[in-house]
Amino acid sequence: MCSTCGCNQPADAVTITRIGEGLHLDLGHNHAHSHAPFSAHHHHHHHGEEHTHNGHSHHAVTIELEQDILQKNNLLAQRNRGYFEAKRILALNLVSSPGSGKTALLERTINDLKQDLSIAVIEGDQQTTHDADRIAQTGAPVVQINTGKGCHLDSDMVHKAVRKLDPPNDSLLMIENVGNLVCPALFDLGEGGRVVIISVTEGDDKPIKYPDMFFSANLCIINKIDLLPYVPFDVEKAKSYALQVNPQLRFFEVSALHGQGMDKWYDWLKTQFAHFRDYQHIH
Amino acid sequence: MHELSIVLGIVDIAATTVQKANAHTVDRIELEIGELAGIETDALLFAWDAAIKNTVLARAIRDIRHVPGKARCLDCGEVFDMHELYDPCPKCNNYLNEIIQGRELKVKALTVS
Repeated sequence: MCSTCGCNQPADAVTITRIGEGLHLDLGHNHAHSHAPFSAHHHHHHHGEEHTHNGHSHHAVTIELEQDILQKNNLLAQRNRGYFEAKRILALNLVSSPGSGKTALLERTINDLKQDLSIAVIEGDQQTTHDADRIAQTGAPVVQINTGKGCHLDSDMVHKAVRKLDPPNDSLLMIENVGNLVCPALFDLGEGGRVVIISVTEGDDKPIKYPDMFFSANLCIINKIDLLPYVPFDVEKAKSYALQVNPQLRFFEVSALHGQGMDKWYDWLKTQFAHFRDYQHIH
Repeated sequence: MHELSIVLGIVDIAATTVQKANAHTVDRIELEIGELAGIETDALLFAWDAAIKNTVLARAIRDIRHVPGKARCLDCGEVFDMHELYDPCPKCNNYLNEIIQGRELKVKALTVS
């Protein structure tokens, strides 16, 4: 147990594994927080009734902190972002429910684009290296983050995974988040864009059931469209719900398994990659 | 349950503040949570009890201030109460709105001793 915060995460909760090298980085005590000293950017105002003497006080003091709880994650995310910009790496954060086909989408994308683009992958799951092992079959460099009990990736995990992955300059970095349509929404990883994936075997009202994820996404991929004849999923209804949450969202309908619709997604990736190298943001 | 991460972040902020103030414990903590911040208060409270054990927050009085969501319509300029991210402008039914309040997720103040 962590002695400072008392949480029940064991000391080896988060692990990062580079597939193919037999290397295993044990992050030890490192989940969504650390116990680092104060950021130099803070200033706070004391206005207690009692004075402190040489900083030592037995009296109550109220400190107006006004600190964003996500500040630590956001600062480290910006550091990741700066690293990606300097190396002209377009990082995409792929988010979805479990089982929507994120890994299948990545497998086909890498196999089809590996002659044109340099692609590296960070896989996030609570347990196992199954997804990273699948990606490794494509020949792409891949690192697996196992979050233990954690339900999302954070910028610190990605920072450490990127150091281990050491992606080349001018490459595309796909970060497959933990399958979860709720928790990853709040955590900026430093990505250049966020892609939310839903599959037609889910409900078409997902966008308004889980609005935070659609609110923060740049692109929505609707996967498994080869199954549309067998399921009640209404594509137009799903899009209309998603546009209520995020009127600027764009959509591609694909079958990652059989390849339908993938060309448009590839064109989007190539266009965004070129745009990012010139302007440091996607459009 | 990202609320657990949020509580761990709060514990971290509290521990650092206590250390910096040369204090021992937190008597009272004031949080500000926006209606549109993506946080379920019930889940936060559930995580709270487990996460604050044996920390500087163990005996702290918790005061949560809920900040209502507000948005401005980018079409007609109407300012309205937004309870969900997909609420349209009540005047012109437009979904392209700018959130002006309700995304807060802050430790506002700490009383330490």
